[in-house]
Amino acid sequence: MIFLSNLVNGLSLGSIYAIIALGYTMVYGIAKMLNFAHGDVIMVGAYIAFCALQYWGMPPILALLAAMGLCTVLGITIEGLAYRPLRQATSLAVLITAIGMSYLLQNLAQLIWGANPKSFPPVMIQLPTLSLFGDRLKISGVTIVTILANIVIMILLTAFISRTKMGKAMRCVSEDRGAAELMGINVNRTISFTFAVGSALAAVAGILLCSAYPILMPTTGSMPGIKAFTAAVFGGIGSIPGAMIGGILLGVIEILGKAYISTELGDAIVFAVLIIVLLFRPTGLLGKPIREKV
Amino acid sequence: MNAKRKKLIYNSVTFGLVILTYVLCSVFYKDMSRALRGQLIPICCWIVMAVSLNLVVGISGELSLGHAGFMSIGAFTGIILSGWMQKGFLIEDETLRLVLAIVGGGLLAGIFGFLIGIPVLRLRGDYLAIVTLAFGEIIRNVLNCVYISVEEGGGLHFGFIQPNLPGTLLLNGPNGAVSVAKISTFLCGFILVMLALIVVLNLMNSRTGRAIMATRDNRIAAESVGINVTKYKMTAFVTAAALAGMAGALFGLNYSTLIPGKFKFDQSINVLVFVVMGGIGNTLGSVISATVLTILPEMLRDFADYRMLLYAVLLILMMLLTNTPVTRAFFGNIRGMLTRRGPQEHVEANRGTGKGGGAK
Repeated sequence: MIFLSNLVNGLSLGSIYAIIALGYTMVYGIAKMLNFAHGDVIMVGAYIAFCALQYWGMPPILALLAAMGLCTVLGITIEGLAYRPLRQATSLAVLITAIGMSYLLQNLAQLIWGANPKSFPPVMIQLPTLSLFGDRLKISGVTIVTILANIVIMILLTAFISRTKMGKAMRCVSEDRGAAELMGINVNRTISFTFAVGSALAAVAGILLCSAYPILMPTTGSMPGIKAFTAAVFGGIGSIPGAMIGGILLGVIEILGKAYISTELGDAIVFAVLIIVLLFRPTGLLGKPIREKV
Repeated sequence: MNAKRKKLIYNSVTFGLVILTYVLCSVFYKDMSRALRGQLIPICCWIVMAVSLNLVVGISGELSLGHAGFMSIGAFTGIILSGWMQKGFLIEDETLRLVLAIVGGGLLAGIFGFLIGIPVLRLRGDYLAIVTLAFGEIIRNVLNCVYISVEEGGGLHFGFIQPNLPGTLLLNGPNGAVSVAKISTFLCGFILVMLALIVVLNLMNSRTGRAIMATRDNRIAAESVGINVTKYKMTAFVTAAALAGMAGALFGLNYSTLIPGKFKFDQSINVLVFVVMGGIGNTLGSVISATVLTILPEMLRDFADYRMLLYAVLLILMMLLTNTPVTRAFFGNIRGMLTRRGPQEHVEANRGTGKGGGAK
């Protein structure tokens, strides 16, 4: 029973990783860059929701929408100001810029909201705890909502990518940016849109993360962000089902590793998984092999 | 001015500046404020860190985000070696202990650099960066679980996760090392900086260094003329790791307490900021920016909250200014006017040297 409860916790954490990983994988697939600041957009989203609930007295659903909306604006702004001028630059330059952006967001958050941890109000998700097997297995409302949200987001996103015009444009840009531009696709707008979707998802992930682990700090987003990137790489970067599988597997591995191997080594186990995966399957579980051309 | 002479002048200026600074600091040691005097050894450590990271990022063109990990290996190895010699074998000679600690720290960090390099250097670009980050975090995570104690007579005890060990604890898991004998000296720091500069500058101007830069500029072309890419990238990576380990040992023995949490991902980024600010691939730049950016925060204590914010903004601006076509052409024109060459010619030359271009 303890194993089952750990497994459910792992699924819940993994669902959060999966939603964050979606943002990474979409941006990586389309803009071919590692958006290091994605983890910090999560943190900003959580802070906005926190303010909306605590200071502005908004109902939870409005707080969610406010967080998503503001994060979307933030994502588009970041892309337009920092990443767009570097389209032709080396990947080293883009990565350093992204790291700078990540630190910028963290330190701005620290200036605005202070370095002290805030406790995230539990009003966001009010669902009773589910008791199974005569009270031996308890699943909290947050866990259920997280897993459901993950499934819904995954279905909606897959439908969006495969059925809408914008989704088609995104697939084209990811396949061949130059050819897409020649076919009349506005590449800059498509990339902006990808950042917008990724950032809105980051806001959702931030709220779910802080509902499950209610400590909010300027550095809240960085570790889950890095782990979610690990998840995206694990599943095969650029692949949406890959992000889902990678995220859930990583969450389960982390929780089971902490429970059965060592609590102190939880993070080390996650990163060791990343290294092993990259060694034996450099393109991840569902990724396509990339050929290098001269 | 031919390239060889240019390099000679560049190297002489670099060494000359470091020696001059050391002499000035030694002469005016008594006139310096306490705070500044306390900064001298850390500055030497950060210079060595920046120079060694520059070897990986600038010369070899791979972004390593786990450099602080090698520093922590060196630091704790140095502390343990020094404590072991002092408490286990009752060696009181501080210089001997310091030198052996630094050599040991450098060796172990180099060995770890080699072991980590085997999987890491098979990857490229962003993947390589994220895996070095992962290794940095793993090192810190594992160090948090290590307990080492020493008994009189030289017996060492190791514990993993279990803290109950006989004898004097040298390393106490997440609490790190306590009551370390502070034996680092400024002279030793200066010698270490000179050593790092000699190693890196000589490497850059050697056959090996040219091979490393060739693999940076075009991996496929370098491979096709028979350069063993992995071997040369490994040379740069291991050298950098060993230098970082030596800097770490000097750093660790400068404080009476040190916790593994000191070497977080932030420290790696800090060193990266030094490298980027000094100009990627520019060793003298790394030395200067490491010095200035270590002293400045101490002098601007009132603005401590804004320091990292400023770093972040500088990092982004620096990348935007040096990497977008418009600004590049602008700077090329200015430089062209200054050197009385055709502006266009200079832009081309600039692009040719490709400041630390990463894998495409």
